[in-house]
Amino acid sequence: MTESTYRIQGATGDWEVVIGLEVHAQITSNAKLFSGASTEFGAEPNTQVSLVDAAMPGMLPVPNQECVRQAVRTGLALNAEIHKYSRFDRKNYFYADLPQGYQISQLYHPIVGEGVIEVALDEKDPDSEVRQIGVERIHIEQDAGKLMHDQHPTMSYVDLNRSGVALMEIVSRPDMRSPVEAGAYVKKLRSILRYVGSCDGNMEQGSMRADVNVSVRKPGEEFGTRTETKNVNSVRFVQQVIEIEANRQVDVLEAGGEIVQETRLYDPDRNETRSMRSKEDAHDYRYFPDPDLLPLELTDDFIADCKASLPELPDAKRKRYESELGLTAYNAAVLTAEAETARAFEVLLKETAAKQGKADTEVATQVANWSLSIAPGVQKALEVTADHENNTPAANAAILAMVSGGSVSGGQAKEIYEIVLKTGRDAEEIADTEGLKQTSDTGAIEAEIEKILETNADKVEQYKAGKDKLFGFFVGQTMKAMKGKANPQIVNELLRKKLD
Amino acid sequence: MTDITDLGIKAIRDGVREGTFSAREVAEAFNANVAGGKELNAFLVETPEHALAAADAADKARAAGEELAPMAGVPIGMKDLFCTEGVATTACSHILEGFVPTYESTVSANLWKAGAGMLGKLNMDQFAMGSSNETSAFGNVISPWRRNDGGNTDLAPGGSSGGSASAVSGRLCPAATGTDTGGSIRQPAAFVGISGIKPTYGRCSRWGVVAFASSLDQAGPMAHDVTDCAIMLQAMAGFDPKDATSLDLPVPDWESALSSDLKGKRVGIPKEYRIDGTPAEINELWDKGAEWLRDAGAEIVEISLPHTKYALPAYYIIAPAEASSNLARYDGVRYGKRELPDGAGLQDMYAATRAEGFGPEVKRRIMIGTYVLSAGFYDAYYTQAQKVRTLIARDFEQAWEQCDMILAPTAPSAAFGLGEKADDPLAMYLNDVFAVPASLAGLPAMSVPGGLDGQGLPLGLQIVGKALDEQSVLNAGLAIEQRAGFTARPDKWW
Repeated sequence: MTESTYRIQGATGDWEVVIGLEVHAQITSNAKLFSGASTEFGAEPNTQVSLVDAAMPGMLPVPNQECVRQAVRTGLALNAEIHKYSRFDRKNYFYADLPQGYQISQLYHPIVGEGVIEVALDEKDPDSEVRQIGVERIHIEQDAGKLMHDQHPTMSYVDLNRSGVALMEIVSRPDMRSPVEAGAYVKKLRSILRYVGSCDGNMEQGSMRADVNVSVRKPGEEFGTRTETKNVNSVRFVQQVIEIEANRQVDVLEAGGEIVQETRLYDPDRNETRSMRSKEDAHDYRYFPDPDLLPLELTDDFIADCKASLPELPDAKRKRYESELGLTAYNAAVLTAEAETARAFEVLLKETAAKQGKADTEVATQVANWSLSIAPGVQKALEVTADHENNTPAANAAILAMVSGGSVSGGQAKEIYEIVLKTGRDAEEIADTEGLKQTSDTGAIEAEIEKILETNADKVEQYKAGKDKLFGFFVGQTMKAMKGKANPQIVNELLRKKLD
Repeated sequence: MTDITDLGIKAIRDGVREGTFSAREVAEAFNANVAGGKELNAFLVETPEHALAAADAADKARAAGEELAPMAGVPIGMKDLFCTEGVATTACSHILEGFVPTYESTVSANLWKAGAGMLGKLNMDQFAMGSSNETSAFGNVISPWRRNDGGNTDLAPGGSSGGSASAVSGRLCPAATGTDTGGSIRQPAAFVGISGIKPTYGRCSRWGVVAFASSLDQAGPMAHDVTDCAIMLQAMAGFDPKDATSLDLPVPDWESALSSDLKGKRVGIPKEYRIDGTPAEINELWDKGAEWLRDAGAEIVEISLPHTKYALPAYYIIAPAEASSNLARYDGVRYGKRELPDGAGLQDMYAATRAEGFGPEVKRRIMIGTYVLSAGFYDAYYTQAQKVRTLIARDFEQAWEQCDMILAPTAPSAAFGLGEKADDPLAMYLNDVFAVPASLAGLPAMSVPGGLDGQGLPLGLQIVGKALDEQSVLNAGLAIEQRAGFTARPDKWW
């Protein structure tokens, strides 16, 4: 592992940036962490609130096993230590979006301990540098509600739909040294969460957000004082916050100032961070073990079941695509970066192999090229997405089989695919009725070639005298004579035979 | 025929089953006593219609030849800490004034399922914080008992379940629910000459019970005698998936297994409970209690609970710490009281609402709790108190190697006069000295009346048992009850 060379050039020399991220990921589950209320996004305000979420008198939390399971699965996916004993603590503070007056979290005994995420700085570049980013811990906690300030001229309203929704807080080590590393870390983490299915990773809807800890130092020196910028909700913003905050800190330090340990807010409209509160007026959260909840004690069987339920994860999948399927490093990396892409690829791979009666390995490259460049190009031109209803694996496999069998050219395949997407018609029927087939009839092609060589005897002479470029001319003439429907491979073969 | 309102749970249940009287007659008689008992200030809310409806259901079931539920036809009083659907629930605090739950606590629901009816909601110390019922926002409860000095001083019924104690003792109800965090069932039961049991922590669901200190709060019955306690506890207890600390165990048939034969049982007398300043009458009663248990077949052994003296300080750190957090939800945002001064922001609303809504004792405990949990003090207080709690529990574990249950006084004094200790919180806290260790250890503990002091006031004896061994506690209580011959009752002056 090489060190990052990202530096901020200050008046006094180069500064290194030190970054740690606390990612809050909403756990995928139908019900909240301690109540049976639904977690669906976008419902009318206060329609998904149980008596527990509203902290009515005498209400008690009961842990949702599914949330615990998802946190353990996530920990296992990050090769992290699973703590068989963990405990919930109360974090006490008053705010109108926090009905209990405390958030149930895990300060002292988190459910997951040390782990590591392997991050390629550019996932699409197989030669890009790889960093090991340490994960310090993962703990489970409740989300708060939401204040709405735009409903009434003098009052704020409270929406408790999110109150009590389960979050995982995934805390990294201060192992990142550049915005690019931090961005790659968030993307990789999101990819793993989606593979595991423990979080949908949807940053726009707030189901994943990051608190960004930044400090600067002269390379080799001790860590500087850090600031924490809260609730950053896109990869781009995370990177921007780091740049802005690191530059701000360098400016402060070089002007002889000191960095104040504080919480800051990012304002994307003005692209700046602002102080929210400093350490001096930080809350005293009076953490203590929640007496309503017993410690979580996990059995070996439970952990083993969690492990057994994990899907193949992106790194393993990428390696397998290269070693078993023979894909290029680039194709393997791109196909495995997102769980959804890999899933679609594998479905089409199976369908295609079956259709052609071949092994997966024999059609993998064809399917990869189609999935990564040809099909997306046509989709983009038509302005449709991959989840279009006509974009079925069967239709794609049928087209690939025709290409593979030689009856359809690459160009014809695109045309057929375009009609499939537009109409949902059968691919083979389109090829037949729309004349989108090429001929592999050697007799017919040979006859045309004979004619062309005859009428262009001079060019044949020149070619034989060494003007190799003319080969393309003969191919073009043959294709033209065949009205573009000759199998180019056969045209090439026959021409070589005649001319060489 | 005797007055129906002299009867306890078992006599009423059996009388209704046998048709000696109808459940409606019972409900009407107690409704009348409740209506006529206002001077005691035991009931905050009267719900005669609830009691009558349950009674009618019992009578109807009997007429139809159906098997009657375990408490069919028995009307009871409900401590105001229990949320009752459609019936105001305030925990005797102004901060919950006007709050009417849309839900029924598990314990009260269990009682209704068992056929009981509700006569009303009972006064108590505010948020169950107090030992005299004087911290209630709705006036103190008065004990039906009077000293025999002719002075007619109003006496405290104990607390926090003071309304329950006064109402049962004054025959306003045959039994009542109580809750016990650090003696709140046992001490008031002792003060008014009735029985009360706090079961093992986790036996009764805390769901729907306004929380004081979650790791200590336990509901239990307060009734005339041990058998009634067994019947009612059986109806209240049971696993509740809505309470993560609820014990997933079947409820034993304690009533059927009641036996005052203590042969083979060893009863421990903890030497650390001999505290300087305890009135001689209380120590004499304690000795007498040991004698009664020996007479019932038990062997009496002296034991040591070495960390006893740390129990009270630890309790007064842990309970306020939990309370300071549990009571944070009373913020004026969603229910109960809201004080919104002109131009007030959120913080102002919190401050005004809580300043206005909470009484002085509640504020004191919130402040103590906030202090002991704050950064810099947490380890010195809370962590240390938790260690003490572990040691107290270990004391009991070690004691069980020598004995099966422990006998001690319930409280260090008989009932005191209202106002006598109200200005001295520490003197008030000392009232829990014998009760708190069992609470910290989560053990079942019961108070039964043992006799009267020189002023003619009841004194209680306490039996502490092993976790889940309510049966031994009840059996020892029964043995004492049979030998103490406690028949004294307050003269009706109200």
